[in-house]
Amino acid sequence: MKLDAKIPEGDLEQKWSKYQDKCKLVNTANKKKFEIIVVGSGLSGAGAAATLAELGYKVNCFCYQDTPRRAHSVAAQGGVNAAKNYQHDGDSVWRMFYDTLKGGDFRSREANVYRLAQLSAPLIDHFSQQGVPFAREYGGVLTNRSFGGVQVQRTFYARGQTGQQLLVAAYSQLSKMVASGGVTMNTREEMLDLVIVDGKARGIVTRDLVTGKIKKHSAHAVVLATGGYSRVFRLSTLAIGCNGSAIWAAHKKGAFFAGPSFTQIHPTALPQSSDTQSKLTLMSESLRNDGRIWVPLKKGDSRNPEEIPEEERDYYLERKYPSFGNLSPRDIASRAAKERIDEGHGVGPLKNAVYLDFKHAIAKQGKEKITDKYGNLFEMYLKITGIDAYKQPMKISPAAHFSMGGLWVDYELMTTVNGLYAVGEANYSDHGANRLGANSLLQASIDGYFILPNTINNYLAGELNQSIPNVDHDEFSKAEESVKNKIEKLMNINGSKTVDHFHRKLGNIMWQECAMSRSKSGLEKAIKEIRDIKKSFWEEVSVTGSDKELNPELEKGLRLADFIELAELMCVDALQREESCGAHFREEFQSSEGEAVRNDDEFSYVSAWEYNEGDFKLHKEELKFEYVKPTVRSYK
Amino acid sequence: MRVTFKIWRQESNSDDGRFVEYEVDNISEEMSFLEALDSLNESLVQQGKGVIAFDHDCREGICGQCGVFINGRANGPHSNTTTCQLHMRSFKEGEVIVVEPWRAKAFPVIKDLVVDRSSFDRIIQSGGFITAKTGTAPEANSILVGKDIADSAMDMAACIGCGACVATCKNSSAALFTSAKINHLNILPQGKTESSKRVLEMTERMELEDFGHCSFTGACEIECPENISISNIAKMNFDLLKAKLFKG
Repeated sequence: MKLDAKIPEGDLEQKWSKYQDKCKLVNTANKKKFEIIVVGSGLSGAGAAATLAELGYKVNCFCYQDTPRRAHSVAAQGGVNAAKNYQHDGDSVWRMFYDTLKGGDFRSREANVYRLAQLSAPLIDHFSQQGVPFAREYGGVLTNRSFGGVQVQRTFYARGQTGQQLLVAAYSQLSKMVASGGVTMNTREEMLDLVIVDGKARGIVTRDLVTGKIKKHSAHAVVLATGGYSRVFRLSTLAIGCNGSAIWAAHKKGAFFAGPSFTQIHPTALPQSSDTQSKLTLMSESLRNDGRIWVPLKKGDSRNPEEIPEEERDYYLERKYPSFGNLSPRDIASRAAKERIDEGHGVGPLKNAVYLDFKHAIAKQGKEKITDKYGNLFEMYLKITGIDAYKQPMKISPAAHFSMGGLWVDYELMTTVNGLYAVGEANYSDHGANRLGANSLLQASIDGYFILPNTINNYLAGELNQSIPNVDHDEFSKAEESVKNKIEKLMNINGSKTVDHFHRKLGNIMWQECAMSRSKSGLEKAIKEIRDIKKSFWEEVSVTGSDKELNPELEKGLRLADFIELAELMCVDALQREESCGAHFREEFQSSEGEAVRNDDEFSYVSAWEYNEGDFKLHKEELKFEYVKPTVRSYK
Repeated sequence: MRVTFKIWRQESNSDDGRFVEYEVDNISEEMSFLEALDSLNESLVQQGKGVIAFDHDCREGICGQCGVFINGRANGPHSNTTTCQLHMRSFKEGEVIVVEPWRAKAFPVIKDLVVDRSSFDRIIQSGGFITAKTGTAPEANSILVGKDIADSAMDMAACIGCGACVATCKNSSAALFTSAKINHLNILPQGKTESSKRVLEMTERMELEDFGHCSFTGACEIECPENISISNIAKMNFDLLKAKLFKG
């Protein structure tokens, strides 16, 4: 199968408008004849569901939480980028496009990234109109701040709760469409399989999490907006329920999985304190605007931070990357922290952290200014650690965060399965091998609000007068049967080990071998170990309770079964890509100074993996750079 | 540390519930309260027993999905926090910790500690939005919003929809939740146009959902994880009166 990204002809600036000029439309009267399933209700899912319903489509939306307002977009703290150039600091669509492409280490498509930058400004207009209380100047205009990997101020924010505020707006708009009957919202219902009829995505099989009932839903098209999969590492900044099951089910049914190993390790989370810990809390990257990162110069220095004089501190980001300093991109900052910690300079009881210090900022700007900018983050830090960060530096550590990888999609956000779309973090589209801060809310929103509601018409126009299959269709019955069998099998192993036991094992392997630093031997070992985990999971796991009730243990077990398989693909991908790029750092491919060495001659492509019954087969989408010449990504 | 959890177990909405005691001794002070429940659940699985169902997701205090009554207080001994932000260092060695679901007629129990808060969704659906389709927005800076207004809207918009306010209220009133959402939108220039309709419809929905009336005890603002002030309720009542007086 040849991958066709369907990038429109013409100049970069014109591609999206040219596409809109030419794509097929569905007239208003006909839209109500179409039913669309949207799985997930975060920014991309709620945005898509609400907008598609406003256009007149009948939408069936699903989420596993008790209400759509919980989706993990809610947790993004720092902000959303847009090329408004309100700060008059030389920003432009082109510059934002370039920063994002470079930030992703030239492993994404020019056309997609340019469109992302182009549509960023109208997104701020949209959210302001929906009632998002973005930070303002006294005169009433919008204000901005900086984020990593960028030299302009283009980040819009609502205190340290930007994701929450955008999600509340999306949820409000979705609620409006639920009230009007345009969207049917199915909460506490999780997708377990995709149904394909005659080569087209025509529905899903779900489990009602309250009653345990297996349900079938059909539609003209299916949109997956199910977020990221970094819970594969178990300890991550993600919500406990975040999972990769929907995209993995789609992958097994024919959707190619792109760049699975491109997962971002965030530099500023709270360090792990014990084995029983369930998650790592993120502290916004925006803190790096005013906080300075350092470790003691002396190895194993156990003095309190305030007792360590300036000349005995190593502000290693400022030292190694003077032009970006503490605002170096996430992959760079995480790796630098790991390097210092591995060298024995780590701080905290487990020596697994670095300091993020506000002493200088408070002295210079005053406590009030710092409280205004980061008050809720300091409060959160105090609640979790019991430490007052106005008096002592924060202790932070790298943690698994965002997945750039996801289902391969073309310019229209369609996967390799006809009529199956993937939006937001669930797809591989704009971030390449590394995502810049504050681009996640942006991409999720733009996919859901602006791109998909345009591109889906191009497909649906050809489906007019095609009735959707009855849920008694053979393919639905088969999918239902396989889901029921899988659940029955899992419920009847009655082994001696818990789901968490296996998840901890998997997480340790992935964190050691497929996170910030990867090697051939480590990955080969990991693949073997993951296969062993898979085998013992299906022989020794115990899931108690019944499948006909609300059973959190069963939910966890089903999600972990998919994570185990996905983990193998992540390692296979990391092993195959013999270069270092973005978040993917192969130890064999580094400079004498320890910087990543990219290999454009051999690896300037997107890796799209076909499931192929578990014998993953690689397809390459060559990346052509017509407007930008890929350069060595330096932040020095 | 060793503690005893006395936890509400209830098979389903149609069953009677009861307290069950669990002694646990592998708890550390750094553990979060929910991690202690995780650990208890893991030991229940090892004994072949079904796990205790409780709601949770982000575990960083922002999604609003968690929330239980602990020793008679919503979200435990501290004010203005979520359950996921509570740590075991807040309890004493040997303490008996009583854990119950939110108790309110409008929040029926689904199982154990899990309740149905869809009544909140229906309140939002009745008017907690600005009617503006995607694509219709004017340039963001063409509508000025003073910093004081934006900050105040943010204070109210911070509501995480967890239901602690309802759970702690002796009348099970949703006045704090509803007023926060109404005021957030009503004070912004973008939301003003629909302000009367919004306050009328959302308060009406609130009453239809079997929430009680507000008698201004202030208990809600003590437990609200986002520090939302009860002055919002006064503002809502003022707007409601105004809307009723000038209706039609």
